Amino acid sequence: MGLRSYIITRILLTIPTLLLLLSMVFLVMRVLPGDPVALHFEKRATPEQMESMRRALGLDKPLWAQYLEYLGGLVDIGYILDHGYPNLGRSMYQTSEEVGGQIFSAFPATLELAIYSMIIASVIGVLLGVASSKSYNSISDHLIRGFGTVTYAVPIFFLGIVFQLIFGVYLRWLPTSLRINPAVDPPATITGLYTIDSLLQGNLLGFFESLKALLLPSLTLGIILSGMFIRMTRTNMLETLRLDFVTAAKARGLKESTVTYGYALRNAFLPILTMMGLQFAILLGGAILTEKTFSWPGLGTYIVDRIDFRDYTAIQGAVVMFGLFVTLVSLVVDILYAYLDPRIRL
Amino acid sequence: MTKAKIKRSILARVIPGLTSLVKKGPSGWMVILGMIIVTAMVVMTVIGPSVAPHDPIRSDSRLIRKPPSLQFPMGTTHLGQDMLSRILCGGSIMLQVSTFSVLVCFLIGVPLGLFSSYVGGVFDRACSLVIDAIYAFPGLVIAIAISAMLGRGVVNMALSIAVVYIPSYFRVVRSQVLSIKELTYVEAARGIGAKWHTIIFRYVFPNVIPSIVVVATINFADAVLTAAGLTFIGLGLGVDVPDWGRDLTSGWAYVSSGAWWIITFPGLMIILLALGFTLIGEGLSELLNPKLQR
Repeated sequence: MGLRSYIITRILLTIPTLLLLLSMVFLVMRVLPGDPVALHFEKRATPEQMESMRRALGLDKPLWAQYLEYLGGLVDIGYILDHGYPNLGRSMYQTSEEVGGQIFSAFPATLELAIYSMIIASVIGVLLGVASSKSYNSISDHLIRGFGTVTYAVPIFFLGIVFQLIFGVYLRWLPTSLRINPAVDPPATITGLYTIDSLLQGNLLGFFESLKALLLPSLTLGIILSGMFIRMTRTNMLETLRLDFVTAAKARGLKESTVTYGYALRNAFLPILTMMGLQFAILLGGAILTEKTFSWPGLGTYIVDRIDFRDYTAIQGAVVMFGLFVTLVSLVVDILYAYLDPRIRL
Repeated sequence: MTKAKIKRSILARVIPGLTSLVKKGPSGWMVILGMIIVTAMVVMTVIGPSVAPHDPIRSDSRLIRKPPSLQFPMGTTHLGQDMLSRILCGGSIMLQVSTFSVLVCFLIGVPLGLFSSYVGGVFDRACSLVIDAIYAFPGLVIAIAISAMLGRGVVNMALSIAVVYIPSYFRVVRSQVLSIKELTYVEAARGIGAKWHTIIFRYVFPNVIPSIVVVATINFADAVLTAAGLTFIGLGLGVDVPDWGRDLTSGWAYVSSGAWWIITFPGLMIILLALGFTLIGEGLSELLNPKLQR
């Protein structure tokens, strides 16, 4: 199978997965015990008020009609072209607002946090993993593995709070909330990622301010995730370093670092790449807690705020968005994997 | 086999297992250390209420956010409650939630995995498809959605966490059964006319147990962290029961005042509990994985 037909098959295979995922979200939000409208008002409304909200949101229709309407809203191309986002219904809290619009304006913040955290996690993970595998069973190997194990056990928000306490409260080096210093104008939106937008506009102050604000949240999330990367890199490197081609490279008198990074790591990297794709789901889960800790105005903060307001349409929309994002990332990783390793396409 | 016999045969495996752990090097020690931590936590939670020096719930407006002192070795909370007493009593919710969610996962994930992979065919493919979709989804997001729908409570929290981890059990069991069911002894059992449920539970299941134990311990650690996370975003119990997750969450608001003790102690307890389970899980998985031994 050529790369192109692999990509097409892989994209087609995404459709049933997506459908299943969307159905599950629907099942959880509409079919599980718990009436969204009753939960929203917490018994503080008259039956008429509740009935009118049900009608406004279409919750009085039979389940199958709601289901079709929900799926229809997501694929309504006309709506998407008009608004720039799919129809995810109206908010139960701010009834005039479209959930889709709110979600799409919150999303870039989450994306930016996710990208930087992923970079930090993979850099820490790969460097420490390689170091650990090279000094197999020595003190530094045990220390690095110990660090990796501890990262599994630390609640993300606890690490975040500790960072806030140290760097924000005691040392006053770094901001502990928001995407950019409120005294600085945020860059005009091109991609929605502040660091990239400010660079594109040549706004160096905006770039440094947004990078400063990003540092603590992405470090928090990155460190917590690095444990998995350390373990993955270490195991793969241990296996690769034993192979003949590594010995051969060493025998040819190549530099130690060339053999490790240029030869062994390159071969051990594919499983690490797959790992990155799988980690993305965990990263997004962690992003919710990180965003809440640092008042980062992304999708995670959005979903948490909406839980407080019992805004069930918004929660559903945000959950759908997380699902779409994860599916997209795993699609991209699979295609990348096939591009890098032709054996996959066989 | 009677129950007493089963009990004896399990004990006969566990006790020599524990002593042989010591000889297994670092991985064995990891398991032992983890077990010590977890046992200590359980014991502390059980005897905590009777040894706590103060009432963990009674608040005193004169004692708000007092730093650690001789009278209050871990300081006091923003409500003037003794932190040490709350730490001693605060493990109960997390242990309940995690134990209950592990039980639910085990009772659903394992039989489903055994049955699905043994039967194969369309049923297996359908199950795998649904399970893989859940597995690919961010776990915390599912837990949040379910928890928000079901409302507060220990059982509801445990259920919402359980849904996230059922796939891990299913996948591990399934992949193991796929290879085990082709082995000669299973074929022999089929040959002598053993019923399918006898084959699944008597012949296949015992061989899957080691991997399930690994998944369960990691599940325990994750459940503790997820419970803390759900509490942090406001889906906790909502009543003032001493709980590390709750104390950490309410202490967060006072970080800017520099009251480090309000967050540090509950946070460290959560880390310790999760670390105990993680150590057991990681140690066991290394002991059971021949690939990593050389």
